[in-house]
Amino acid sequence: MTLTTVIQNIIKIMSRYWDVFLIKGVSITLALSAITVAFGAVFGSLLALMKMSRFKVLRGLVTAFVEFIRGTPMLLQLYVGYFIVPLLFPALGLGTFASIAVALVINSSAYVSEIIRSGIQAVDAGQGEAARSLGLSKAQTMGKVILPQAVKNILPALGNEFVTIIKETSLASTFFVGDLMTAYLTVKGVTYLAFESLIIVGVIYFVLTFCLSKLIGVYERRLKQSD
Amino acid sequence: MTDTVLIETKALTKSFGSVNVLKGVDVQVHQGEALAIIGPSGGGKSTFLRCLNLLEQPDGGEVIFEGQKINQKGVDVDAYRQKMGMVFQHFNVFPHMTVQENITMAPVLLKKKTKAEAEKQAVSLLSRVGLLDKKDEYPRKLSGGQKQRLAIVRALAMEPDVMLFDEPTSALDPEMVGEVLSVIRSLVKQGMTTVIVTHEMGFAREVSDRILFMADGTIVEQGAPGALLDHPKEKRTVEFLSKVL
Repeated sequence: MTLTTVIQNIIKIMSRYWDVFLIKGVSITLALSAITVAFGAVFGSLLALMKMSRFKVLRGLVTAFVEFIRGTPMLLQLYVGYFIVPLLFPALGLGTFASIAVALVINSSAYVSEIIRSGIQAVDAGQGEAARSLGLSKAQTMGKVILPQAVKNILPALGNEFVTIIKETSLASTFFVGDLMTAYLTVKGVTYLAFESLIIVGVIYFVLTFCLSKLIGVYERRLKQSD
Repeated sequence: MTDTVLIETKALTKSFGSVNVLKGVDVQVHQGEALAIIGPSGGGKSTFLRCLNLLEQPDGGEVIFEGQKINQKGVDVDAYRQKMGMVFQHFNVFPHMTVQENITMAPVLLKKKTKAEAEKQAVSLLSRVGLLDKKDEYPRKLSGGQKQRLAIVRALAMEPDVMLFDEPTSALDPEMVGEVLSVIRSLVKQGMTTVIVTHEMGFAREVSDRILFMADGTIVEQGAPGALLDHPKEKRTVEFLSKVL
């Protein structure tokens, strides 16, 4: 196997199966990641609020949940989602894609809740005290003083979570959901050219995450300027 | 200064873990009085001040503000805090708001003033402390002294009945102390009731009507500035003053 044959094979694969990688694979990977991040952000925010509430039981439950998610492999969580979600909600008739998406969202919401909580707690305590001393309620202090400052800590970390999720959705290929890694499995199965297919998929993953990281970097610098 | 008692504490206690920071403090602050609190670090001065507007919740005793016991269930603490301005050692100006927004945010949000009224008031407050040209800047462009002057007028915008100062010059470069003190001085002259925790003995002597010397969680001695600073009676006070004067 020489470099020339590898390159020739890659060109051959791409000319026949480019749509499997670039259209189906990329779109499903991006869709899965976007769904995960969007819903993860919503549920993560709720979890973060619960974690900071004054009810001990609520805080304990969230802590246990986050520790469980962080302490078990993602692949295991996907299996649980794959088997359990359709059993729990048979009426919804959720397919594989939806079940996997639910599992990814649950996983991501745990991580996002920690991002949001630490972003909020990184805001100087004096800010909250100053707001309360002016007579603002707890909720007004959160909305007008704490959150606007916390967002600057949270957004860049949330962007990095997006990058991580893009890579982690590759695990979903175990269930053939049609993402980039599934595209690799499919093309490899047809062509028996495993190495070349892997290179193609690897390059696409890299381009996706690299571009996203750069975008986040630009955004982060803009946030810093207004600080 | 009048005879009306504006703030009163009775047997105020507070501990952090096993450390008793306040061991039963009784203080009366009269309307229009300028009260200075001095004493060694860790003596409970700041904690006492923060108990007055319940930023610190006392463990025992009473905080009575304008005749109402405020450290009990069912009291709208936020409403009382609106009448007690506070200035912090580390300024705590809001970095994500312009200088003007820092001042107008609370009065507008709490429906004390319309936006237009609040902005008009902000302009007059800012010109009073010489910061009018910084109106639309963000606080990061301000020096420490300017930030503290902003923090003072931010509190004044709520038109409080009392101003609490928690070591307002301790975090400032020496050359900026004067500009902040002169703002406080003019407030006292206008008759604002003021409680100030400070290490500036000269300033305490000059502006205050009464000085409390606090150490180890109790008020060791109090009196008129001249009497307390020049002729202290208690050994603990003599010891402290010999170190700082």
